[in-house]
Amino acid sequence: MRLQYYASRDKQQRFFTDFRQSGADSMFLQQLINGIALGSTYALIALGYTMVYGIITLINFAHGEIFMAGAFVGLLLVGVFKLNVFLAMGCAMLFCMALGVVIEFVAYRPLRRSSRLSALISAIGVSIFLSSLALMIFGANAKAFPEQAFPVQQIRIGNADISTLQILIIAVSAALMVTLEFIVQKTRIGKAMRATSEDYNTAALMGINVNRVISFTFALGSALAAAGGVLVGLLFNAVSFNMGLMAGLKAFAAAVLGGIGSIPGAMLGGLVLGVTEVFGVALGYSSYRDAIAFAILVLVLLVRPTGLLGEKMQNKV
Amino acid sequence: MLVVENLSVSYGAIRALRGVSFHVGGGEIVALIGANGAGKSTILNTISGIVRPLGGSIGYEGEEITRQPPHRIVARGVCQVPEGRRVFGRMSVQENLEMGGYTLAGGKELARGIERAFALFPLLAERRRQAARTLSGGEQQMLAIARALMSSPRLLLLDEPSMGLAPLLVERIFEIIAAISRDGTTILLVEQNASMALAVAHRAYVLESGEVVLSGAAGELARNPEVRRAYLGE
Ligand SMILES: Nc1ncnc2c1ncn2[C@@H]1O[C@H](COP(=O)(O)OP(=O)(O)O)[C@@H](O)[C@H]1O
Ligand SMILES: [Mg+2]
Repeated sequence: MRLQYYASRDKQQRFFTDFRQSGADSMFLQQLINGIALGSTYALIALGYTMVYGIITLINFAHGEIFMAGAFVGLLLVGVFKLNVFLAMGCAMLFCMALGVVIEFVAYRPLRRSSRLSALISAIGVSIFLSSLALMIFGANAKAFPEQAFPVQQIRIGNADISTLQILIIAVSAALMVTLEFIVQKTRIGKAMRATSEDYNTAALMGINVNRVISFTFALGSALAAAGGVLVGLLFNAVSFNMGLMAGLKAFAAAVLGGIGSIPGAMLGGLVLGVTEVFGVALGYSSYRDAIAFAILVLVLLVRPTGLLGEKMQNKV
Repeated sequence: MLVVENLSVSYGAIRALRGVSFHVGGGEIVALIGANGAGKSTILNTISGIVRPLGGSIGYEGEEITRQPPHRIVARGVCQVPEGRRVFGRMSVQENLEMGGYTLAGGKELARGIERAFALFPLLAERRRQAARTLSGGEQQMLAIARALMSSPRLLLLDEPSMGLAPLLVERIFEIIAAISRDGTTILLVEQNASMALAVAHRAYVLESGEVVLSGAAGELARNPEVRRAYLGE
């Protein structure tokens, strides 16, 4: 299998090099916005990894494929059923919530009392299953959103050209993350999530139905990944069966960079990765694009083994 | 109220309980005493549903609760204060209490429960917005007890509530236990501090390597020469 990131190299090249043609002073702001837009999508995916890990210490290897599924559902609804982008994104989120919950129920829950390795292998199996299924249904070629799906215009702010698509990505991501933060901090189930992630057994002793909390966590993380999938599909105008692989790896790197288990950490990690990647490419290291994310990860972990905002590992009994 | 019969538990190859039987009557304080590793926490965790037994049964108010999930058992009115307090350190005092009241039906009941907890432990009211990990050991133990009382349990399971506390605080904790009992809550108390436990309890069971080796009225056990030698430091 060819390692591809977000499928279409052409579109990517255009996305990354457009801004190199403008002057040096405008370049910084331009690249920064570029980086934030890309980083927001990493953050959306990274949140799912970090929340699930925080509660059941499982790296959900199928998470990248949930992101891919979200992109395809969005694409189908926009392309075939002519739905508006926002509605399509909402439906993709709902679909993936159900998908995430089912995956947990079928592939992880029966292994809850087995070794972590068995759950990990099961996760890899689900991941391969979903991408093969997408390959069978949609074929190997990347699919594009129709032109009129989201009218892209350039807006000039200062010296920088910002596209309405970038604004959409940043605004939707920000809104989703604020909503997530509200749910986790203020609602009953959100507090139960925090309690369960801090101490699984004690949460159960308090009368919290931890299975329900776990399902809820998968639903939340999958909804965010689905939104990320639709946004990335629009950004690079390409949706393909293997888009979840590299996106998943990078988002996982973002989650570890921010401190796995930490929600603000995943947000920060995603943005840091996105911005550095874009600047790395702008400085001429475009052939190392995918390596940049992992290089940063290694550097940060050398200095701070728990990641940027991670807390000391607790001994979960 | 609670009848445990022939309970056996193992952790892989380690046999932690071998046919333990005991009972707790309504309104009683019953103590389980025994050395470290005797299986005391295992008994409480099996009653609470977070450890699955190999065999035996646990009856509560005439119904079998063996192998029910922990949240159902809490909903029936059995709540545990775990060993080592186990407060949610990153959450505030108030949020810890909210978690204790997770099974309550509505916001009003929750608010009333929190008010009651603050009335019982005024210190916690002052610290309601503080993260629980910033509390001292004694304060954390008060919080852990207040948290468990939030669900208004009829049977309270206490696992070594005096562990690691200064003598003055230990006395305070045992006063609180007596007060909770006077309010009508039945208590199953696990302790290594046998003298305090036997002073407050009505009846007691002595546990050794997963088996009940002695049982009787607390006063009698406190006079038993073997108990005095093994657990009361004589
Ligand atoms: N999670 C566990 N996994 C394996 N062995 C355990 C576990 N918990 C307790 N044990 C073992 O079971 C026995 C009883 O432990 P425990 O119930 O904690 O005793 P106590 O509370 O009386 O100190 C001990 O030998 C202990 O090592
Ligand atoms: Mg113990």
